[in-house]
Amino acid sequence: MHRLLALLLLCLTLTGAALAQAPADGAYGKLAAGSYSDIEAGVAELVTSGDPRAGTVIAALVDGRLYARAADKALLIRTGETYVDARTGQAAEGATDGLKALRLNNKVRRAVDAAQGQLNLLSPDPTKRREAADAVFKARDATALPAVEAAIARESDAGIKRTLSEARAAAILAKPTSPESDRLAAITTIQTRADGDAMAILRSLANDPSEAVKTASAKGIAAIETRLAIIGGVQNVWYGISLGSVLLLAAIGLAITFGVMGVINMAHGEMVMLGAYTTYLVQEVFRAQAPAWFDWSVAVSIPAAFLVAGAVGVAIERGIIRFLYGRPLETLLATFGVSLILQQTVRSIFGPTNREVGVPGFMTGAVDVFGLSITWGRLWIVGFSFALFLFLLFVLRKTSFGLKTRAVTQNRRMAAAMGIRTPWVDAMTFGLGSGIAGIAGVALSQIDNVSPNLGQGYIIDSFLVVVFGGVGSLWGTLVAALTLGVANKLAEPYLGAVLAKIALLIFIILFIQKRPRGLFALKGRAVES
Amino acid sequence: MSPARTPLIDLKGLIFLGLLAAACLVVPLLNLMVPEGSPLHMPTYLVSLFGKYLSFALLAVSLDLVWGYCGILSLGHGAFFGLGGYAMGMYLMRQIGPRGVYGNPVLPDFMVFLNYKELPWYWLGFDMFPFAALMVLAVPGLLGFVFGWLAFRSRVTGVYLSIITQALTYALMLAFFRNDMGLGGNNGLTDFKDLLGLSVQAQGVRVALFVATAIALALGYLIARVMTVSAYGKILIAVRDAEPRTRFLGYRPEHFKTLAFTVSAMMAGVAGALYVPQVGIINPSEFAPTNSIEAVIWVAVGGRGTLVGAALGAIIVNYAKTILTGALPDAWLFGLGALFVLVTLFLPKGIVGTLMQRYGSRRAAAKLPPEPELAPKLVEEGRGS
Repeated sequence: MHRLLALLLLCLTLTGAALAQAPADGAYGKLAAGSYSDIEAGVAELVTSGDPRAGTVIAALVDGRLYARAADKALLIRTGETYVDARTGQAAEGATDGLKALRLNNKVRRAVDAAQGQLNLLSPDPTKRREAADAVFKARDATALPAVEAAIARESDAGIKRTLSEARAAAILAKPTSPESDRLAAITTIQTRADGDAMAILRSLANDPSEAVKTASAKGIAAIETRLAIIGGVQNVWYGISLGSVLLLAAIGLAITFGVMGVINMAHGEMVMLGAYTTYLVQEVFRAQAPAWFDWSVAVSIPAAFLVAGAVGVAIERGIIRFLYGRPLETLLATFGVSLILQQTVRSIFGPTNREVGVPGFMTGAVDVFGLSITWGRLWIVGFSFALFLFLLFVLRKTSFGLKTRAVTQNRRMAAAMGIRTPWVDAMTFGLGSGIAGIAGVALSQIDNVSPNLGQGYIIDSFLVVVFGGVGSLWGTLVAALTLGVANKLAEPYLGAVLAKIALLIFIILFIQKRPRGLFALKGRAVES
Repeated sequence: MSPARTPLIDLKGLIFLGLLAAACLVVPLLNLMVPEGSPLHMPTYLVSLFGKYLSFALLAVSLDLVWGYCGILSLGHGAFFGLGGYAMGMYLMRQIGPRGVYGNPVLPDFMVFLNYKELPWYWLGFDMFPFAALMVLAVPGLLGFVFGWLAFRSRVTGVYLSIITQALTYALMLAFFRNDMGLGGNNGLTDFKDLLGLSVQAQGVRVALFVATAIALALGYLIARVMTVSAYGKILIAVRDAEPRTRFLGYRPEHFKTLAFTVSAMMAGVAGALYVPQVGIINPSEFAPTNSIEAVIWVAVGGRGTLVGAALGAIIVNYAKTILTGALPDAWLFGLGALFVLVTLFLPKGIVGTLMQRYGSRRAAAKLPPEPELAPKLVEEGRGS
């Protein structure tokens, strides 16, 4: 039974191969004939035939390694000192003397170039096919029409098929002789693509002799413009969310140390910087010890950064801040001093220049969503910032440590009376906030320069986010970060990057006048405000 | 507070003014009269260096007026300093005239370079010294007034106020870095030639600038002193210590605070204006938030709420900076950082405050109770109710 099936399959493959092979024979014959016009025709035929060896043969032709044997019109490809039959790929039989290399003139060379492009349309590699289809679309080459049509018939991937049909439409429009109905259909196809290239093609039809084509293309342009505007808007919102997630990362640790504990921690930015440098060190170890596992360095960096920054945070709290509770403005000065010392320490150890932090493989590249290009790196950072936020929310709301933290910040003496070790909770809470800042540093090291000044760039933004959102409110920090990020990016096209930032700063200054406690103010006695 | 009047000039004020007067006599003497070879000769660059310290001291006094007596920790006083400096810088730019690289009689070099066709409107009038001098006071004063009025009326206090003052100076820094601002972009204003028709490089002008700065510092001190020892000053201190209570007594704290803040901003503007010709450049980095925070530490080192201490702190810290950055460039930030930490931990009253506490003059010593606006307490009470 099995044997029978195998036999049947073999037969099927053989006939299939034979069917594919049949038209190619003529092409080989023409190539072997040797005149320039024959070679040109042969190349064109070979391409449309779909012969799997067409690519090899044409490549050999370009390299001047394709020989014709005058005696039996056989085509041989030379590889080093040996020859193979161009049709079969088997070692060549018969004499190898009296071979004549096939030559190219400019006309043939052009045909060969076009043929190579079209051949890629049939390549087994999908990315190659996609690139080739795009190239044909952009070239608007009317002569590519038969090859494109052949490729459409074979294509199984829906996405590539769409690109191919767009390429076909472009080719139809480029061909002056194609009938009006085809051209109108082509315009509809191209319109769905909605990008600059499609627009350029439709613009080129403005002087078309047919009125119907003209109006259709004008409508198409309008449709594309609307769509591009929408995509542009969505893109800006996405950039805004992306910026917002960076702000959230920078501010989230501060939402603990400043927001929950009320410590004005000017060294917060330096915790982010320590996290970034920890990432750098971890990556260095991975590079030296286990380069193959480099992508996993992130998994190690995150806890390492948490521990490093958290430990420094606990040391700062125990060494300095605990003597200054109740004197917020002096805490500000002392922690600013700490930030200067940390910066200079890192500068003395690692030097003032930027350190190279590698990007793990899964964070490179981009995805295309409805014409919107989204880089994986940004997507990871957005996801990561939200995950970190939820983690923090969980720790504060659902763990016994979080309960103690909230108890101490709400009523220290009562918490102490209930047996909570308030100094320990202070130190751990500050360590948590600092550690979270360190984790943020891991993510920010991917998109920013890792230098001793890394933290300074975030400190003002972080404070503004926390204050804008409402001190003591984690949700406020989230909303504030996203609002500021999106508002900044939406304003940028109109104002430019710097003015948009200035406008936002002024907005926050005025907003604080209106709501001195931020967006999500905790209710309290008005007289103390 | 006892009802007895505080004398306008107490012992430390007398010493301070005496030292300034002595400096005004001795420095010109050592620079102009003592021949150059003599070991007693003071080189001109040192005169300018000390002049710079004195302008910083004026900035510190202005900051102490609001922080020490009004409880407003401004982390943006560099903004007023910088605006005053820019007003003076614009005057000095206009004095260059056709002597610039491009030889344009009206437009400064950077404008020619950026293809400006005519002077922007806000540059008009800056060729006249009285107008520029007015602007040195008016621009920071107006900004201080508007900002202070908005903030104090809305009862933005404590930490929140500190953070928005920081945002203010940060926004100005970003704005002044823009070339479109028409103020020299990141290069700022420099290559000054003349001041009131005399070369800014001349030895005599340098000495005169030093003396002018010393006089301005003395005047600034006296103005701040008058404000703080008067009845107005008593209420200012009351606002600092218990703002709600003062309000309940029928005063309008925002009026008192706005006045102090505006005067302080103008004083900082004058300090900036005197700083610029002595260092020869003004650029947007003067607006950097770290500069403003550094000014706060001068006040903290010298002694908050003592005025004299603020000036002293500015001079000591900057002198240390000059020495340290020259000898051990890496050590300066360690030193400055440690200074921040150690002063707040071990010297909360600063040098002068500690001295005053130790050697009598109890009545004049500004008692500094714990700050009234406690962020943890706020959160605590907010949650508690």
